[in-house]
Amino acid sequence: MSGPWGVRGLSVRYGGRTALVDVSFEVAPRSVAAVVGGDGAGKTSLLRALAGTVQPTAGTVSRPDDRPIGYVSAGSGVWEDLTADENLDFAGRAYGLGAGRLRSRKAALLERTELAAAHDRLAGQLSGGMRQKLALAMALLHEPELLVLDEPTTGVDPVSRVELWRLVAGAAAGGAAVALATTYLDEAERAATVLVLDQGRALLTGTPDEVLAAVPGRVLEAPARPGGIPAWRRGARWRAWSPDGSPLPGATEVAPDLEDAVVVAQLARELGRAA
Amino acid sequence: MWAMAMKELRQMRRDRRTLALMIVQPVVLLVVFGYAASFDVDRVRTVVVGPQAHAVAGQLPERLEVVETRADLGRQDAVEALRDGEAAVGVVTGAAGQQAQVLVDGADLFSARSVVSELRGRPELPDPEVLFNPDLKTSTIMVPGLMGVVLVFVGTIATALGVVRERQSGTLEQLAVMPFRPRDVLLGKLLPYLGVAAVDLAVIVAAGMLLFDVPFVGSPAVFALGALLFLFVTVGAGLLISSVSETQGQAIQLAFLTMLPQILLSGLIFPLQAMAAGVRWIGYLLPLTYFVQLARGVMVKGTPFEALLLPLGMLAVLGLTVLGLSIARFRRDLAPAAPRRHGAAEGAEEAVDAARTRAGAG
Repeated sequence: MSGPWGVRGLSVRYGGRTALVDVSFEVAPRSVAAVVGGDGAGKTSLLRALAGTVQPTAGTVSRPDDRPIGYVSAGSGVWEDLTADENLDFAGRAYGLGAGRLRSRKAALLERTELAAAHDRLAGQLSGGMRQKLALAMALLHEPELLVLDEPTTGVDPVSRVELWRLVAGAAAGGAAVALATTYLDEAERAATVLVLDQGRALLTGTPDEVLAAVPGRVLEAPARPGGIPAWRRGARWRAWSPDGSPLPGATEVAPDLEDAVVVAQLARELGRAA
Repeated sequence: MWAMAMKELRQMRRDRRTLALMIVQPVVLLVVFGYAASFDVDRVRTVVVGPQAHAVAGQLPERLEVVETRADLGRQDAVEALRDGEAAVGVVTGAAGQQAQVLVDGADLFSARSVVSELRGRPELPDPEVLFNPDLKTSTIMVPGLMGVVLVFVGTIATALGVVRERQSGTLEQLAVMPFRPRDVLLGKLLPYLGVAAVDLAVIVAAGMLLFDVPFVGSPAVFALGALLFLFVTVGAGLLISSVSETQGQAIQLAFLTMLPQILLSGLIFPLQAMAAGVRWIGYLLPLTYFVQLARGVMVKGTPFEALLLPLGMLAVLGLTVLGLSIARFRRDLAPAAPRRHGAAEGAEEAVDAARTRAGAG
């Protein structure tokens, strides 16, 4: 089998707490699929179910069975009292790589992650960005068909974020299906498909263009907070949502981005509930 | 200051395990150990052998509780009964008019001391002959038992901390995704601890013999077998503790909670015979009880394998129980998701179609 992989009608409960309700998500080979949401939205539960470390309460999960997946958990999951080299050696042996292949893959990944100079440093002594790159290198070592990354860029400096994205994009270009959770909407815009979670339920799903095209009404921009209409701050200016598309004096219509789409979807859901 | 105290109280209330340890544990410990904390042995198991066995058995002091009277057996049989732990005192009678010999098991220190003190205070009774630990040295019987305590420390605490550290740092989840079978992870995780504990044991035995003149008269192979079984129990207990602990602090608390009863109720310090029956039965459920019997038996008395089947069997049963429970709990961490079925990808395609339809993508 070669994908696509994903979950269908997934629900996850921990004891009495519901983490996910009827969520579906697909990740195709050679692409990055992003799961977006705030804290507690259910991103980690979704990725854990996809990786097989959480038992779904309902729904089906599809992942490769002919080759192990690559997984980076929230918090990296590297062994901090092993060096970068030792971490990679352990992962290589765990995935059954032969000595020759392990040596060549390790050298290539240390080069690509720019960790070659730090190969003999303890993982616990690496910076946050370097540690995440090491975790990603471990997950890529065996060239998995499916790569599951739980917030690999959270808490990482902007330069390291760019480098991590370069590695993620490289893995997708190499044929992997990449499922990635992030709290950064600008990152999600680079993904082929996006799933926005809110309180354990799917709020939006599709390609970034599809999500933006589906924004109802109009998104407006104004220099000051407009009255009588839902509005939110964006930098020094204000964005507002006109559900019926009617204009607002002093405000101009703008093309919504993913952040606007998420805010509008949440507002629309609240309006629907109020009605 | 009050703000700080309120914050601490709130945190304490939410950490219910610590709160229970602080409030319930002292009460339980006081009650249990109150009944256990006694060095006074009132009844000492005694065998009486030799031609006058039946006549002498009825004249012995009340403290000597006769458990077997055999006129057809002799001194060697009495020595073996003491060696194998069947009795702590052996009375060997001779022909009519001849004074009986009293043999005392010096490895059963408190029984021996009470008997020696009683007999030496009564000139009409013979002077006892103390076997195995003739000088009634405390170190001779404490050191073999303390080896068990050290192994509990190494086996239980080190294993529990090692596994909890994996969980806390998120690497246990990483192991669950790697293509390991749960038993590979479990055995791979336990073997180094077993190895270190085995080295530890060898060092402690050597130190006990060199520094405290503790004898080693029995079979090293029987001792090694008992120690190995005991290590499985202690390492399994560590694994079990790790499976119910979220943090290393909780693991240490629980490990100490299992260690204290072992130290106080195993017969290591207070003799089991001196404990109230209910408390003594708690001792019979603890692995250190059997290791203490085994270590003292093999090292000090040269007790053979056949006579140690009970402690060896109990250690095996406890080891299987504790390891079985811990493996069952460990599997939940390492293989939580049911095996995926082939053909599930078709289901995923349908899922994606549904998702696309909802997003208006078609």
